[in-house]
Amino acid sequence: MENRGITFGYGFLSQESSFDVQFSLIEYDGSHSYFRAYLVGLLNTILVSVIGIIFATIIGVVVGIARLSNNYLIERTAAVYVEFFRNIPLLLQIFFWYFAALRALPLPQDTEPMFGVFFLTIKGFFVPAFVWNNLDIFIYSIIAAIISIIFIRIYARKKQENKGIQTPVLSISIGLLIILPLLSFLFGGVDATVEVPVIKQLSQSGFTYEGGIKLPPELISLALALSLYTATFIAECVRAGVQGVSKGQKEAAASIGLTPNQVLKLVVMPQALRIIIPPTTNQYLNLTKNSSLAAAIAYPDLVLVFAGTALMQTGRAIEIVSITMLTYLSLSISISIFMNWYNKKIAIKEK
Amino acid sequence: MNKLNFLQPDKNNLSTYLYTGVFLVALSIFIVFLNSFFNKDLISFLPGTISFFLPLILGFIGLHLIRIDYSGLKFLDKVNKNINTNNFNAFLSLLIVFVIIKSLPPLLSWFILDANIAGDSKDVCTGSGACWTYIKIWFNRFMYGMYPNAEQWRINLSFIALAFLGTIGFFATEKFKKYLTLYYVVIYPVIAFFFIFFFISGGPIFFDFSYGIIAAVISIIIGFFIPSKFKMYYFIIVPITLYILLKYVFFYEELIELGKLEALEWVETGAWGGLSLTFIVSFFCLIFCFPIGLFLSLGRRSDFPIIKYFSIGMIEFWRGVPLITVLFMSSVMFPMFLPEDMFIDKLVRVIIAISLFEAAYVAEVIRGGLQALPRGQYDAAKSLGMGYWKMHILVILPQALKLVIPGIANTFLALVKDTPLIFVVGLLEIVGMLNLAKTNPEWLGFAMEGYVFASVLFFIICYAMSKYSYNLEQKYKTER
Repeated sequence: MENRGITFGYGFLSQESSFDVQFSLIEYDGSHSYFRAYLVGLLNTILVSVIGIIFATIIGVVVGIARLSNNYLIERTAAVYVEFFRNIPLLLQIFFWYFAALRALPLPQDTEPMFGVFFLTIKGFFVPAFVWNNLDIFIYSIIAAIISIIFIRIYARKKQENKGIQTPVLSISIGLLIILPLLSFLFGGVDATVEVPVIKQLSQSGFTYEGGIKLPPELISLALALSLYTATFIAECVRAGVQGVSKGQKEAAASIGLTPNQVLKLVVMPQALRIIIPPTTNQYLNLTKNSSLAAAIAYPDLVLVFAGTALMQTGRAIEIVSITMLTYLSLSISISIFMNWYNKKIAIKEK
Repeated sequence: MNKLNFLQPDKNNLSTYLYTGVFLVALSIFIVFLNSFFNKDLISFLPGTISFFLPLILGFIGLHLIRIDYSGLKFLDKVNKNINTNNFNAFLSLLIVFVIIKSLPPLLSWFILDANIAGDSKDVCTGSGACWTYIKIWFNRFMYGMYPNAEQWRINLSFIALAFLGTIGFFATEKFKKYLTLYYVVIYPVIAFFFIFFFISGGPIFFDFSYGIIAAVISIIIGFFIPSKFKMYYFIIVPITLYILLKYVFFYEELIELGKLEALEWVETGAWGGLSLTFIVSFFCLIFCFPIGLFLSLGRRSDFPIIKYFSIGMIEFWRGVPLITVLFMSSVMFPMFLPEDMFIDKLVRVIIAISLFEAAYVAEVIRGGLQALPRGQYDAAKSLGMGYWKMHILVILPQALKLVIPGIANTFLALVKDTPLIFVVGLLEIVGMLNLAKTNPEWLGFAMEGYVFASVLFFIICYAMSKYSYNLEQKYKTER
């Protein structure tokens, strides 16, 4: 290394980065430091991973249950979806959505609004944003609702253990989640106005939308591809989990007089979750790591911003690649620690 | 004649319910069919929303009417059982049928009816459908990358020869069956390597690497005849000595001469590409990642702390980072640690990186199989006086590997699907070639065709692999 004139050190992190990033969650421009550029990349990675995990879970659970349906058409449709999407490389899917599908969208000036407020254009998805007054009170009300729900759950469990009476926790929770924020609107002076994106002419033929939130097409195609791809694996995990609960358990539950809903909620799901969670955790980890493919379509994630642009500018390959790898390592280790904890919590407690 | 109760169809008025129901379902499907294939709207006189939902409502009522338990008609019972068990199921079935009917015409027209395949320039693509001419013109590039056209027979010949050699196992007679493992594990990869080294490349790129391979192979073959007492030392000392001997004493000049066969032009790896590169990378990574993963998984269960923690560290490290950063590392960081005069071809670096990466996943899969074996198997093997290696080769691994065939197949599938990532170091396999072709100014705007084409190719490859692994699993399934 010495004879190539390479020095080693992390001092460059505080230098001015002097490059710009297209999309960032925190305030950033060229005058900020490389460390801030790192944070921008990290936050973008986390953003797309969280979006992907949420959608992949929803699609995966629905498709996994559909694969168990006794309706032939539904079962086949789900099977075709799973076989198709999981046998095509993720990179190809990302390219497909980004370069082929989303490029077929109309220009901003020709876009028909969806429901009057959403604009799906070739330059991105423009959605209305809320402009808040007294946002903190609103957040406090939601936190209060969540805390009271936790207490009600504990109380309900105790009541059931002592007296055997069930409390409708779910409906109470939903009610609380609606009523408390509503009260904050009525009495707390919370006020939200919707800011609808408005079209604006930039030049002779250049249009864009102003106001609202802009989701860039890179983010949309990445999140779409990641969730559709990972959902197939989650669907298989869910199917294996539900099939893993033996038939005798369901019959036993039915024979002591539980309703079908109670059988599902109290007997099947707790046992199925035990089988489902470990492989699903792996899929979440894979999704987080796969989000690094963002570099291929120029979504400014950690790899592109830090291991790409910053590396080109500083030439500090060892430091930057090691930081990037350590970041991913700690991300995956923290997710797996959390999931191990959760797994242990719901595991069978043998006496 | 019993009283008709349309809310609860029963068996007594079977024919009435059946005819009405079938008529309604057929009518609804017919309306959607006409609408979608011939663009005729039978019910346009109704207000918008109703005409949109009418087929759904008609079909729903129809399906409700024919939902009669134990009707005595075999076909009707089958339909009811499979797609029509309750209202919700009936609704979803109808929805799926309608969506299929609705989406068929646009798909057909894009893929076949309005598509163009004749001609050899962009101008023939006038229709609204796909432009398969683009695929036709670029087919060579998608398959062989930048490999010179005149030399492509070398790739074809190598692949055909290797495919043929790979199927030898099916024709082997009983007498030779016992050598098949040796053949597939050692000899076949070496033959494949020489094909690719001398034939496809034809140049002096892989030398250091090839010495290593030759040394390893010779030592493994000799190793079969060495008493197991000395094996441990043998496998450490001999390959290194052989490597040094080969490189500096025996073959150095001769191999370089051999590499520069006058007849074959040297094609550098940067020019390789397309689907053939996908195959080459997947093939070698598959071959290398399996033994590495096997040793890592055994190492993780080892009693020596150094081996154990080394294996755990390796596995957890490679599993924790994304492949793209590993490839980054292999292209940016790795050359810095090499001596000044040493150069390793980027294809070799990529193959090493992917092999190590996937080996960690293979290791975890095999560990699952090892853990699933009951302790009794180990104890029984030990009580017969078997040593560590003998116990694992003869007793433990055959059972453990059988258990984890699906997991290993999944890892291999993931490997094949990960090969497009080598675009990071500038190697363009089929997806990379597609992106290159897409930016060609003469052929702008055909991204969709290219991606659909590659998707179909990958789907066929991966689906065939997964079906094959399923067959393998069934074949080796034993009652336990």
